[in-house]
Amino acid sequence: MSAEPAGGALVLPEAAPAVAAPRDRRLPTISLGIIATFVLVAILAPLLSPADPHDQSLRNRFKPPVWEEGGSWKYPLGTDRLGRDMLSRIIWGSRISLAAGVITVLLASAFGAAVGLVAGYYGGRVDAALMRMTDATMSFPVILLALILAVTVGPSFTNVVVAIAVILWARYARVIRGQVLTLMQLDFIAQARVAGAGAGRIITRHLFPNTLNTLVVLVTLQIGYVIILEASLSFLGAGIPPPTPAWGSMIAEGREFVTSAWWVSMFPGLAILLVVLAFNLLGDWLRDTFDPKLRQL
Amino acid sequence: MSQPVLDVRDLRTHLVTRWGTVKAVDGVSFRVSEGETLGLVGESGSGKSMTCLSIVRLVPRPAARILGGTVLLDGEDLLTKSEPEMQRIRGRKVAMILQDPMSSLNPVFSIGMQVREPLAMYHKLRGRALIQRAADLLASVRIPSPGARLRAFPHQLSGGMRQRVVGAMAIAAPPRLLIADEPTTSLDLTIQAQYLALLEELQERHRLALIFITHNLGIVSRICDRVAVMYAGRIVEMGPVRQLFAAPAHPYTRALLESIPRLGAKIERLAAIDGQPPDLARLPDGCAFAPRCPHVMERCRAEAPPEFVVSEGQVSRCWLAGR
Repeated sequence: MSAEPAGGALVLPEAAPAVAAPRDRRLPTISLGIIATFVLVAILAPLLSPADPHDQSLRNRFKPPVWEEGGSWKYPLGTDRLGRDMLSRIIWGSRISLAAGVITVLLASAFGAAVGLVAGYYGGRVDAALMRMTDATMSFPVILLALILAVTVGPSFTNVVVAIAVILWARYARVIRGQVLTLMQLDFIAQARVAGAGAGRIITRHLFPNTLNTLVVLVTLQIGYVIILEASLSFLGAGIPPPTPAWGSMIAEGREFVTSAWWVSMFPGLAILLVVLAFNLLGDWLRDTFDPKLRQL
Repeated sequence: MSQPVLDVRDLRTHLVTRWGTVKAVDGVSFRVSEGETLGLVGESGSGKSMTCLSIVRLVPRPAARILGGTVLLDGEDLLTKSEPEMQRIRGRKVAMILQDPMSSLNPVFSIGMQVREPLAMYHKLRGRALIQRAADLLASVRIPSPGARLRAFPHQLSGGMRQRVVGAMAIAAPPRLLIADEPTTSLDLTIQAQYLALLEELQERHRLALIFITHNLGIVSRICDRVAVMYAGRIVEMGPVRQLFAAPAHPYTRALLESIPRLGAKIERLAAIDGQPPDLARLPDGCAFAPRCPHVMERCRAEAPPEFVVSEGQVSRCWLAGR
């Protein structure tokens, strides 16, 4: 029923939402929570783990997790082929995964960012040489390099970190260089130069701080990637050598028994999934918050 | 007459491009004394900015190369200095203000950090003294409540305000020579007027030699003592502002002045300069302005005119002026 007054007051059509809904800027609590939990677990591993991850007990091989038929609270997540406690191994394994992820990415980003800054700042031949080096590096498969290292020098934590970092820096170099090229067009760089700043000062005081946003986003996204790489290498036997508990090698150990003892591969797999997902979600959020234009990362 | 702060003689800077070698600065000579303002006017690409970049030796490399001439700053030739020596001269003795206030400040640092940087660098100030000087410096460019502004970030300031901050940083030393490359182009008119007044005030206080690059002849007549008109890499006419505006000897200067709209003047159409700006890679043999000149003669196409003294302090590169 319309009781409009005569003369007809102007009725505005229902206003369409003029502005798109603002992007979700809430902190990604779940991702942060997962990451914080795993970091705490890794730090407090000696206190948290119920058993020694290396303790074998052949009588207790392939004990199922507590909620399955035949499981007990002694081994909440069951035991593996050698009767080692899965929960303890996963707890200790988080140290390896997180350490590999963080150390590798820090090494790679420091070197890559330095290369990108220098290439972008000097341009010309320096840029061409460094970027060809970067291209060559990017075209080399990480897994292959790690396998070569494992075969020639022997598998170890250091070799995994080195193998991944030696390839991974190229990504940082390329992204940072691109950013430096756009920054170099801006007047504040010219203004700094006119004010008597030299190359070192411009790179450290003006260019580097302006690339930090990108670096933080890239580092976060790459930690997840490196954790997967480390796990793949361990799975292939080119990573952390046994008996050190590493999630990748734990999955590998259980793969022959997936039909009878699924938990041996399943739980380390879940751990990887959770951590990597958390880092990726956090990275996505950081990217959207800092600069929505960084879509290509 | 006092000894000039800057004495540029026969400066030549060439650009090597895909289309050929461009004589961006082709034998430019001028002087600027203490407390004097020289206006550098001309079309885009006439070599104004390149001249100034050559003075501080920051021409875009590797395309551009300074081929010859001398740039005497208080009697010392800047073209023979080493790069580390030049870094100590830039900012301390020769400062420059670039045209884009939107991007001339580093977006990630507060105004305070950026204003303190040159002070710490030039005067080795630390701690409280440094903070105090930074606030004084902002106050000297008429920024209200400088203490609070020091904590602001560039994006929180207006364009005019940012340009003042850049001005403050430029006079931190204070320098002997200040080069302002179209500093008011992107400001609106009222802010422009304020900024020009500020520049004049700063110049007076520090007895700066000032080079003001612009293509706005109104600004030139307002703040410059002398003006140099550039065309295709050369100064075609130079002289005291009043004299040159009243009696331009070069047809190009005359054409430039005629193309300014004037209030109250009864003209049907605004005069424009015929023809296209010159292709700098393929300049004619003679006078570069010859193809567009209404008074062109046989001689102009064959031979480039030398500098003729037209009147006291006014020189012109035109055969007509030489007669």
